[in-house]
This record gives sequence, C-alpha cells and structure tokens, in this order.
Amino acid sequence: MDAPTWFHQEWERLLRGGHGMAVHPGILSRLVSRTAVLLHRAQHEDPFRPELAGQAGAQLVDAHFTDPAVLARAVELLQLGPVGDGRGPALCGAFAAGWAEALRERTLREQEAIRLAADTARREVEKALRESENKFRALFESAAIGIGIGDTDGKIISVNRALGEIFGTGSMDMTGRRVDELVHPEDTPGVWEAYEDLIAGRREYFQFDKPYYRQDGEVVWTHLTVSLIRDDEGVPLYQVAMLEDITDRYRLQERLRHQATHDPLTGLPNRVAFFERLEKLFEEPEPGARFGLCYVDLDGFKVVNDSLGHDTGDQLLAAVAQRLETALTPLGHLVARLGGDEFVVLLEDCRGEQEAVAAAKTVLAALARPVQVGDHSLAVGASVGVLERRVATTTPGAAVRAADLTLYRAKEAGRGRWTLFDPKENARAVSRYAVSVRMPAALDRGEFFIDYQPLCSLADGSLVAVEALVRWRHPQLGVLGPDEFIGVAEETGLIMPLGRWVLEQACRQATDWVREFGPDAPQINVNLAVRQARNAGLVTDVERILRKTGLPPAKLQLEITESTVVGPEDEALKALHGVRDLGVSLAVDDFGTGWSNLAYLRDLPVSCLKIAGSFVGDLHDPTKDAHTGWRIVSGLVSLAHTLGLTVTAEGVESGADAERLRQMGCDWAQGWHFGRPVRPDEISRRIAEARRTP
Amino acid sequence: MQQANWVPAGTDTEKPNAARVYDYYLGGSHNFEVDRAMARKAMEFWPELPAIMRANRAFLRRAVQHLAEQGVTRFLDIGSGIPTFGPVHEVARAVNPDSQVVYVDHDPIAVAHSRLLLKDDPHSVVVEADLRQVEDLLARPEVAGLLAAGEPVGLLMVAVLHFITDGDDPYRLVRVLRDALPPGSALVICHASLEGRPDQAGAHQDLYKRTPTPITMRNRAAIGAFFDGFELLEPGLVYLPEWRPEDPESVGPHPERMTGLSGVGLLP
Repeated sequence: MDAPTWFHQEWERLLRGGHGMAVHPGILSRLVSRTAVLLHRAQHEDPFRPELAGQAGAQLVDAHFTDPAVLARAVELLQLGPVGDGRGPALCGAFAAGWAEALRERTLREQEAIRLAADTARREVEKALRESENKFRALFESAAIGIGIGDTDGKIISVNRALGEIFGTGSMDMTGRRVDELVHPEDTPGVWEAYEDLIAGRREYFQFDKPYYRQDGEVVWTHLTVSLIRDDEGVPLYQVAMLEDITDRYRLQERLRHQATHDPLTGLPNRVAFFERLEKLFEEPEPGARFGLCYVDLDGFKVVNDSLGHDTGDQLLAAVAQRLETALTPLGHLVARLGGDEFVVLLEDCRGEQEAVAAAKTVLAALARPVQVGDHSLAVGASVGVLERRVATTTPGAAVRAADLTLYRAKEAGRGRWTLFDPKENARAVSRYAVSVRMPAALDRGEFFIDYQPLCSLADGSLVAVEALVRWRHPQLGVLGPDEFIGVAEETGLIMPLGRWVLEQACRQATDWVREFGPDAPQINVNLAVRQARNAGLVTDVERILRKTGLPPAKLQLEITESTVVGPEDEALKALHGVRDLGVSLAVDDFGTGWSNLAYLRDLPVSCLKIAGSFVGDLHDPTKDAHTGWRIVSGLVSLAHTLGLTVTAEGVESGADAERLRQMGCDWAQGWHFGRPVRPDEISRRIAEARRTP
Repeated sequence: MQQANWVPAGTDTEKPNAARVYDYYLGGSHNFEVDRAMARKAMEFWPELPAIMRANRAFLRRAVQHLAEQGVTRFLDIGSGIPTFGPVHEVARAVNPDSQVVYVDHDPIAVAHSRLLLKDDPHSVVVEADLRQVEDLLARPEVAGLLAAGEPVGLLMVAVLHFITDGDDPYRLVRVLRDALPPGSALVICHASLEGRPDQAGAHQDLYKRTPTPITMRNRAAIGAFFDGFELLEPGLVYLPEWRPEDPESVGPHPERMTGLSGVGLLP
C-alpha cells in the first residue's frame, strides 16, 4: 500500500500549492479525494476506463485549476504512479484531454460571458447616451435662451428655436451661415478679437452685449456668452453661443441715458453730456492737440422771460437751440445747453484761434434775425466768450471757467459781440472775482493741497524726482492751478505762509518716501517764489523744516525763476548761497522765458536748468519751424552742460520727443509723457511697481 | 450632486481594466487582449504577481469566512470586480445560507458581468457606483437597505483603496462609510504597499498610470490610518498570507513578497 499513499500525498501537495492556496481547505480536501479516487480507479480497475482520468482532469478545471503547470505536474505524477498492464500512456492522454477539453469549454464560456458583459454595458451606455441626448435636445430646443453651436471654422451647425426667434428666422435658415457674417457697426470694440482668441483655443469663453441684424433688418440687442468645447485631448471642437434678447432693456437704458444727457426743452446735449465729451478730450490727447470753446449767453433773455412769461421764454430757448444746432453741427461742432440761457459750443480737433473765432461769428450770425415765437418777433442777440488752447496746457474745469470769464468781458464790453480769451485778463478776472478775497482764509481752512509730477531720467526712464505743485480746492471755482492764484498770492503777500506750508508738506511727503523706499525715493522739487528768495528768513525756514521733517537735504531741490536774481549784488544771492550750504540744491525753472542774463547764470549757486515747456511745445506749432526749434533746444542743453549744470526738459508730451532729447544729451524730462501731476499715493504706487519689475 | 444623470464612462475595451487584469492573473478568461498584454508586461519584471493576487483572493476568503463565523450575514463589497471564483456570497453562505451581499463596482463591464452571474440570486445585488462619490454610493437603495437594518455589516475594501489617489482623499471616503456602518460592523482592507518589494513598487505604479485606474501604493502607517475608529483584530495589519492562515505552512518563508498589507477592524 506504499505506492498509492505516495501518489495521494504528491497529488495533495500539487493541488494545495498555487491556486489551491486561495481555495477553502475543506473544499480542497474534497477535491483532492474525489480526483484521487477517480485516478485510482482509472489506474487499477478492470476493465480500464480512461474516461475516469478525463473526469478528474475536468474537475480540476472546474475548480479553477487552469494553470498549465498543474497539468504538466499531474501527467508527471501519473507516469510515475503504479500502473498495471501498460495503460499508463492512455491514462495520461485521457487525463490531459479531459483537462484540456474542460479548459477549452471554460475559456470559451468566460470569453462569451465577458463579451456579453461588455456588449451589455455598451448598450446600457448607448441607451443612457440616447436618453441623455434626448434630454439635452429637449432642453436645447425648448430653452428660452437662444443657443447656437458652431464649429471652430465659424460655421453654424445648429441653432435652437429661441435663437431663430431672436433673428426672426427659422432655425434652419441660420444653419450653415458663418458666425463672422454677423457683424454690426455698433459691435463693442474687442468682441471680434475675443472671438478669434476663442476659436483659436486661447480663451475659454467671453461675454459681451452685442447687437445683431434680424432677418427683417431690425436691430436686436443681445447679451452674448460664447464658450469653447474641447475634446479629451484639449483640441477645440465647437463653440457654443448663448444669446439672451435684451433689446427692451437696452432701449430703456438708452432712453434713460438720453434723458440723463439731454436737455428736455431743447433736445440738445446737457451739461453732463458736454462735460463728458470735454473730459474725454483730455484723457489721451495727441501731442499738440487743440480745442476751442464758445461760451454763449443770450442778451436780454431775462427781459423776455419776465415780460412775456416762461412759456414764451422756453419757446425762445428751443428756437435758439434749433438755430445754433443747424448752424454749427454741420461744421462738426458740439452744441450743448448748460442751463438757463447759457449755451456752449465745443470744437474738437480745433485747427487754431481763427476756427474758434469763426464758430463764435457763426453763433452771432445765426441769432441775427429775430426769432418768431407766437405773435412775437423777438430780437435776441448773444455774447460769446471764445477760448482756444492746446489741450495739454489746461484742464476741463479751468477751460470752462476761463471761457465763462471771457464771456463776462464780452458782456462788459457791450453786447452782441465775441471776445477772445486772454491769459492776463483771465488771471485778473479770476483774482478780481474770487481769488483774492478768499485766499487769506483758504490756508487756514485747508483748501490747499499738493499734487506731484514725475521727473524722469531720460537715460532709463526711471522716476528720479517729483515736483510739488500746489492746488487750491476753491469752493466756487473748483480746483485752481498755481498759475491761477500764485500771482495774487505774491501781490497780497500770502505767498510767504503759503510757500512755507508747501515746503513743509512736500518735505514731509518726501521723508515718507525715503522711509518707505530708501534710495529709490525721489528727490523733491519745490518752487520758490521771488519774494521767498529775497526774504532774509529763508535759510532759517528751510533749515527748520529739514530738521522737523528729517528729510536729507540732498533730497530737496528748490526751483527759482530767472527773475529771482537780477544782479551780482542782489540780496537774494546771499540767501541762495545759504540754502546751498545746507546741502539743498537749486534749479532755474522755466529757463529761457524770462530775462536771461547769461552773465549772472554762472555766478548763481544752481546745479540744474529746467528748459521751459514752451521750447518743446513750439516744436509742434505748425506756424514755427521745427528744425530751428530743435537747434534752440540743443543749444540750451549744451549751454547748460558747459556751465556744469544738469538739464531737465519740461513739457515733454511724446515718446519721440523724449527720444530725441535723450539723444542730444538732455538729462531729465518732465511732462505728460512721463506723467501728469498726481496724488502722492499714485507716485508711491509707481515707485513700488518699478521696484517689482526691475 | 448625484452624477447619475450623466453617461457613465469606462466601456472602452481598448484600454486595460484592473478587474479584468486581476481575472487574468487568477487564471481566468474574463479578459481581453489589452488586459492580457498589460498583465504579461507586469509579470515580466514581477513574476510573483499571480501569486500575490491568489494570496489576496485567499485573504478575502478567510476574512469573509471569519466574519461569517462571527455571525455577520451582511456584506458590502466595494470594488468587487469580476468575482471569478469563490465569490463573497458563496463563502458567506457556506456558513450562513441566508447571507446577503451587495457588490459595488464602478466599471460598467464588471457590473454587467456580475449581473449576468447573479441574475437568479435573490440575496445578492450589484450596484454600479463610484467609491469616490461615496455619498451617492451610500444613497443607492440597495446599499441603504443593507445598512438600514442596523445589523453588523462586513465592509470589504479589498484591493480597492490603492486605486484611490490622494487627490480624491481616500481617508474621507472611508470615514464617511464608517459613519454609516451600524455598530459591530467590520472593515476588511487589503492594500498594495510600498514596503515588501520597494524595488518593484515604482515600476508597477508607472504601468497602471496609463490605465483608467492608476495605482497609489502606500506605506504601513498610511494603510493603518484607514482603520481609524476601528479596533484591529489579531494579528493586526500584516502581509497577506499572515492573516489567520488555516495552515501555518501556507505562510511560506517570505510573506513580505506578497506585498499587500491586510487587516480586519471591528467598529465598536
């Protein structure tokens, strides 16, 4: 009985290894016995029944013994086993065939099962897809919002009913059309750039309010959202546009806007609209851009109103507005009603004083004939104040104020005439009407403040200094610039306390910058009036302020004008030397406009020359020869350098001028190209930004 | 938000699939050429993989059997794949004939196959759900019904958590499941570990990267952390063959080569 025991042990060892490890021991034991018995019977029973061995092989496969290594070892054991009458090879063959047959069946069954599972799963997915597609198609079709799908070439593939309604077409009429045909002259700038970016895959979506032409030629305004659909690899596939009809909302907005910007009585643009247009002119003017204003006031309107009643007055105003509009709009000018019987004509891109004067004459001519209101034939005249300036030389508020004051002069000079703006007259008028009276109290009331204008190095464009420019927030006149009140301040003597206040404020601000930015802090330039320079207390004042604020003297530069020092014996010279001995530097401001005595220039303790803005400004004056202009500037630069002075060009408004000045060796520059006067925190922001991007 | 409104992915038979690759390792034919190609490639540098899969299957069997012997009659098998042989319901019913099993998988083909297999079984159901949307999984009526009775449930997460990347926060998923389990329930985990064969782990992870189910092998501490809130049964967290072997010899001289770490935790 040794032999069967040996076979049984080996057989059990075979089945317990490998796959057998994963089988429950009880089940495995039963399998071992069952197959061992079958094999034992096949080995020894008579007659020989090879199919018993085949059954044993099949049972192994059914129990998941599918590893061919099991078959190999099993055959080996059967060969070694005690077999009578030479049935061994047939027995092995039958076992192997039984195993193989069962494995083949099992493999085919499992392959069929997994195929079936894959097909079932795919069908489920397809069903889900169909349901999902039906759901989305229903959503697409019945959506209240217009939806269109296009390919990335811009061809419209499909649109829903709502979109067809927006365009006043059937949805089929839209298909096949091109998205880029749907342009409209009022398209928001940027919408088509955004569209190009989207279909090129550079952005995922964009939103705009966009008008379209309907099939019937009407315009429909929409809120448009376009999104990009990509495939799994991220390649752009489709664009999906969603359009909401906002025509009613848009029209309402337009009407509200019209109401807000138009005068209901005359239909002309109102004060708000006029200031909007004017301010827009100042936003990004071309270098050398000019503009004109005609400030119009009817003569004797009050008499009409008082004697004939408001209705007549209103009708008169409407008729006047009509005449002005008819006469001036064709010339490209804007006519607005500012209020009461005041009108204004705005000339954008004015070619010169003559054109503004011509507009004023047109105004007067338009009102020359009497106006028929009801039974009354009313002779109305008007007075016109004309202002014509370079945009760069003024501000909207100052310009309107100046035009208004010029109008006053026209009225005073006798009615029915126009008067041209005159800076001296204007300054006089300003001071007469409003400035001198209020000024002494203004300092106490805190109505002054300081803006700072950048001075930049021409070599690398970096901000090297700022000039402190005092402003007056006048309660009636608005913000006044220094040229509008410094003259009065000098006349009244207020320049002394005001000058001290400005110097102290500016030094305090400069100290803050030194604390915040260290060596990157700008030098501060402060203007010194003639009276201040001649004051014996100047050195003490400067010293006290430097001590009080803690500003390093080298960070302060005082700007004087040429007229500050008139001769070698001038007492101002002593004060200036005293200031320089404190470590404070001096600059000559507005050089070239005053009476420049070059002989004294070399004796002045100055280190810098600021070339007056008019030299650079003249380069763009069509009536002056630019070539000569550049030669003058170049001469001034080399003169300064000969004297060992650095040179700052003022009034630089374009990059081209800056480049040319740099080439001729000019050191620093100041002007709109490098920045207008701004609040101090804007300067801080600029310095911080420059530090971030070295 | 429930994802059921959207079309399921994963019926692509052009890409290898973890469940079918596993079947191939176990000697089954529920697989396609892509699956076999990937398995063969993995076996080239790691010939023990079929043995590891068998050890994994044996662990599942022993764990289910142990829990069934402790009186657990409800099982939630997440990541059940293709129950080739010795499926959970068979093992459990050998002990308690009325044991209920809910099989969960996110692979539509595995689910379809399991449904064909179990279509006449009144006590076993198959749910297609994604462990990563665990709230959705728990809300399925079959799953909710299994848990609602308040009786202990055997939660089986055998060879599934390593298919959850850190980005999907597997610890949160297990926590949410734990909080839904009745007291006395058990958590069964087997997880591919970095420790037994650190030389192989990297290449093996790389191979799975190109499949829909990338693999994340974790170390002992990270795998142990899944049992937070559970009391680990003896012998704790061990290599696959070491967990309550029926025959001490079956452990073999190198249990660490069966790199999966396995354990069963009881919810107090």
